[in-house]
Amino acid sequence: MGMINIGISDLNIARPPHILATHALGSCIGICLRDKTQAIGGLAHIMLPSSKEATRAADNPRRYADTGIAELVAMLKREGVNPANLTAKIAGGAMMFQSQITAFNIGARNITAVKQVLAYFKIPIIAEDTGLNYGRTVFFDVASNVMQVKSVTNGTVNL
Amino acid sequence: MGFQNIEELDAMHLDVLRELGNIGSGNAATSLAALMNKEININVPDVKILDFNEVAEYVGGPEKVVMGLLITLEGDINGMILYILDDDFAQNVVKAFFGSEFTSLVELGEMERSAFNEIGNIMAGAYVNALSSMTGMTINISTPAICVDMAGAILNVPSVKFAEVGDKVLFIDDSFGVGDYMQKVKSNMILVPEMESLNNLFTRLGLM
Repeated sequence: MGMINIGISDLNIARPPHILATHALGSCIGICLRDKTQAIGGLAHIMLPSSKEATRAADNPRRYADTGIAELVAMLKREGVNPANLTAKIAGGAMMFQSQITAFNIGARNITAVKQVLAYFKIPIIAEDTGLNYGRTVFFDVASNVMQVKSVTNGTVNL
Repeated sequence: MGFQNIEELDAMHLDVLRELGNIGSGNAATSLAALMNKEININVPDVKILDFNEVAEYVGGPEKVVMGLLITLEGDINGMILYILDDDFAQNVVKAFFGSEFTSLVELGEMERSAFNEIGNIMAGAYVNALSSMTGMTINISTPAICVDMAGAILNVPSVKFAEVGDKVLFIDDSFGVGDYMQKVKSNMILVPEMESLNNLFTRLGLM
């Protein structure tokens, strides 16, 4: 069984027996997409909500919810996936430090943006573990469509 | 005219930042020694420009559990300071303050956490005072916010805030010898100034 690690502002797709993994999501979000009709899926690790607000968007479109998810959907389409068959599971979007309340809560903005982009592609979210104040590591088993979320302070959940 | 991001800095400007890092760290260590009522020897700090992924590796990998103390800077310099402290450092502090030991960073109580807030406050204050006195700049610091979690998740905070400026930060690796046995401990500090502030700093020092 191969583990495929996805770094920050990166994405990839896989078929069984591979597991897609992304480590230590804070305010970032991991988006796991899977085809309902065949065992193929993808994982994107986005960092910021929108490429439209960005001045450096061109150097890495995978950094943003809008352009990152669009690229992941396009990659799956090239493998013969009909986007109408996709479902999503998402994790992350935490606020790591309480003082950020007054400054900026990028985690919450990421969650909102990811949901808007998935709604645009008509991809339903069938599970999520988002928000709150702790880091998460995600293992996405493409075969079973189980997203395992591990944390230091709140244990492990299988979604 | 000025630098657009940290990657553009040349060797001379980087050396200036290193030197400021050295002086600030010296001040911070002296304050820490007074606070802990222990003799503290500091080695010359290692000041580097790293990207965020390298920082995560440097502190033990993205999933290493660490304590983060986040302080925001306002005034003539805007930005943030993030201290990344590991088990060893925290054990020394808890021993010095409370005479006790803890089993896991995650299980620290409110009292211990507020002691770390105070330490963050004093270390950042000493650092910023060194900067102020050398440059004449006015810099206010916030009270620290604390978080114990995976290093990678904590590093999201400055990396997101400054993603539009660059992926690089000023990383200061301090190692101290603490107490009777001069046990070696490390504290890592990340300074992420806004570029405009950094340009102001160089202007003040006549380097721009």
